Formats: sequence, structure tokens, C-alpha cells
Amino acid sequence: MKFVDEFRDPEVITKTSEEIRRLADPNRHYRIMEVCGGHTHAIYRFGLKDLLPSNIELIHGPGCPVCVLPMGRIDDGLSIAQQPDVIFAAFGDMMRVPGTQGSPLEHKARGMDVRIVYSPSDALKLAQMSPEKHVMFFAIGFETTAPSTALTLVRAKAQSIHNFSVFCNHVTIIPAIRAILDSPDMRIDAFIGPGHVSTVIGCRPYEWIAKNENKPVAVSGFEPLDILQSIVMVLRQLKADEAKIENQYKRVVPWEGNHAALRAMADVFELRPYFEWRGLGFISQSALRIRESYAEWDAEQRFHVPGVRVTDPKAAQCGEVLKGVLKPHQCKLFGKECTPEHPIGALMVSSEGSCAAYFNYEHRKTAMVTSIASVA
Amino acid sequence: MCLAIPGQIVELFPDQPNAALIDVVGVRRKVDLGLLQDDMPVRGDWVLIHVGFAMSKISEKDAIDQMRTLRMLGEAEAAMQEVEGYGLDHAENTKAS
Repeated sequence: MKFVDEFRDPEVITKTSEEIRRLADPNRHYRIMEVCGGHTHAIYRFGLKDLLPSNIELIHGPGCPVCVLPMGRIDDGLSIAQQPDVIFAAFGDMMRVPGTQGSPLEHKARGMDVRIVYSPSDALKLAQMSPEKHVMFFAIGFETTAPSTALTLVRAKAQSIHNFSVFCNHVTIIPAIRAILDSPDMRIDAFIGPGHVSTVIGCRPYEWIAKNENKPVAVSGFEPLDILQSIVMVLRQLKADEAKIENQYKRVVPWEGNHAALRAMADVFELRPYFEWRGLGFISQSALRIRESYAEWDAEQRFHVPGVRVTDPKAAQCGEVLKGVLKPHQCKLFGKECTPEHPIGALMVSSEGSCAAYFNYEHRKTAMVTSIASVA
Repeated sequence: MCLAIPGQIVELFPDQPNAALIDVVGVRRKVDLGLLQDDMPVRGDWVLIHVGFAMSKISEKDAIDQMRTLRMLGEAEAAMQEVEGYGLDHAENTKAS
């Protein structure tokens, strides 16, 4: 009963699950992509797949910032930090992500000055506290974290802090969705839209998915009931042959997004012509770089960056898993050479990575099914 | 990193218009309010925090719900570790271990 006790309104969960079964046409196979890694984590943690009929397939999307970063970018960032008196600062999520010569943590063990920060503003503070050093913040994330990096750069410039720079790996979610829809081996019927990215960008940027691609989108919260309700929303649309954007997460996501955050991003960043995503390849205008007016704080302009392209270890099939073509356990290395303790691919590192989520929660499924059945 | 942490604003600083002291289940740290400048919160308001920046204003009920969500997702401990790490207050937090 443990899992059910943790649910809000287990009876509502059961009813929503029944509603999903009623809405799903048994003669049709549904492929619904949850874009955000937080949703992937929740889906595995709560065993939501077991509450769905077998003809509803959840496809895990590209919304895990650590997972989509190609190894070459990690190598580039670490090569900057190999220069004298440079401190490599990054969120904890980055620390175990493998580069060609090891993760940032392994580089630290070999003598590199590597620090975990929980906020980009703390990386800036670290620079103020270490005037004899240069602090390079390895910035990752979608639109949830990009505005904070932007504002930190505004503050660095305003306060004339010159021993600080950002190695910018911020990516944007919409071009990734577009690339998935353009991919010939992908067929998606509907999307569960990201929750916290949407607090920044709002719901409007998804409208083309409904208008041009005729696919329903439900922007969703992270609880089991949120995700199940979002599945109900898109199934209702599919049944009625409609396509529109619905906001299941109204309690947090304003339709128009956060204008101040969008302004901060626009002031500091511009779109790169293209950027490489692990698994998805090069995607046009899918990532942010620092504008010329902030060049002094741009690690890529300030330091020599090798810009090497590194292919993933051959046996690892991170790309196929990221695109949703393979399920995590279908990768040849899953659970054998590649585990959360010894990750070979980034998807096994982050709790939002589908491989780590699958690995950590799959074995609990049986308990989950039993619990739900006893409530129903 | 992608999940928001709910907190209540307990103090504003007249000399630092972009900073607020927030309380997250008893842990108090400074966060940046710069991304809410169109609709600045006041003392007592609840906000969702991402990586040290308040990103949206929410109701008290939604804040409680969000903390519950973090617990359900098994992320509450990581969230508290993040909040405790804000401001480099604890030296160990700045060292990768």
C-alpha cells in the first residue's frame, strides 16, 4: 500500500485510469511523448505505465538537459578548466556525466578545481571570493535555468566582475520537438508538455504543434494525477479529432509565461545557427549563445575551445533511447556495463534520464500493480 | 534542477531590491527576485524557486502541494540540499565530493 498511500486521492487516480481506458480506442495504438525528463522520472517512479491500457505507449522525450548534451561539449568545458587558475563550477547534475577522459568529478580527483554550485549567482559569488582565480560556470538547462544564467551575466557586467565567465550550453525545447516531428522514424500522436519550462515560455510557443502538425498538447504537472489527467486531455482531443493546447498545470503555468524571464534571456542570449544534440544530431536554432555585448563573460570567446566532436561509445545506444526509438532496457549496455553507479551514457546519470529512471524504479512495478489493484 | 522548490518570502532588503530571504521548510536562504520584476512579491508571498531565482508567484496551497510533489517524487532531500547550498554558506557545498 505504500505507493498508493503517497498518492493524492487514490480513488481519483483509479477513476482517471478508468477514464483513459474508456477513451482509448482498442483498435488504435497511441504514442504519447512526455517531453520533460521530470515527467519521465515521475512515470517510472509511480509505475504509471501499469495504469494505462497496453495500446498507450509513453515515449520519453528529449527534456533532460544533461542527457542531450553531446560529450564533445563536456570535453570542451573541461579543457577550459585545465588552464591554470580556472575553477570549473557546475550544478551537481553535471558532476558524474562522462567526458572522453572522465567526468568532472574524475577530473577533480586528478587535481582540477571543480566545484558544485546550486545557483549561477553562487558561481558569480565564488568569483568575487576568489579574485586570483577565474570561475567558469558550465551552464546547462532549458528555459527553466537559462533566465537565471542570463540575469547572473547581467549582474556580472553591472558589477564589473571580470574573473567570471559562462560556458553556455542552454538549449530550447521547441526546436527539439520540431526535430522529433520531422524525424522520419518517429510517429507521435500527442505530447505531454513540460511543466516548469512552460512557467517561463508559457503555452503559446506550442500552438504550431496543434495548428500545423495537428497534434494535441497538454502542459502537465508532475504528480501521478497530473500526468494521468493530461493523458485524458490529449485522448479526448484525439477522439474528437481535435488538436489544441491545454494547460493542465494552470496552478503554476501562466498562459503567457514569465515576461521578465524571457526579456532577460533575449537581452543576454541569441540563437546559435545550429547546435548538436546527443541522439538528435544538429538542430537549427535550438540553443543559446551569449551576445557580443557580453563577450567578455563568454567562456567560448574568452578561451580557446577545441570544439571537438566526440561520438558516443559505440555499444551505447543513448541516441536511439533519446529519440524514443528504443526503450532503455533495449540498449545492449543497460543494467550490465551501464548502471547508475557506473554510467556510460548520460541518460543513466541524471534522475531525469530515462535509463536511470527505468533502472531505479522498474523493479517496483509489481508492488505498484498489486497496490492499485487492491484500491480499485 | 528542473523541479521547482516552493518557499515563502520572510524578509526583503531595502538596500538590495532584487534579494529576498525565503524560508523553505525552516531553511532560510537568500534568493534573487530579478525574474519577478514585473510583479514583485511582498513579504509573506509564496514563490517557486529554480537554481536560486524565484521564478513564479504561487498560492500557499500550491506551495504546500509542490512540496508534497517533491516528496512524492523522492526529490525533497535533493531540493533541501539545493536550498541549503544557496549562497555558498556551507563550505562543503562548494566542494564536489
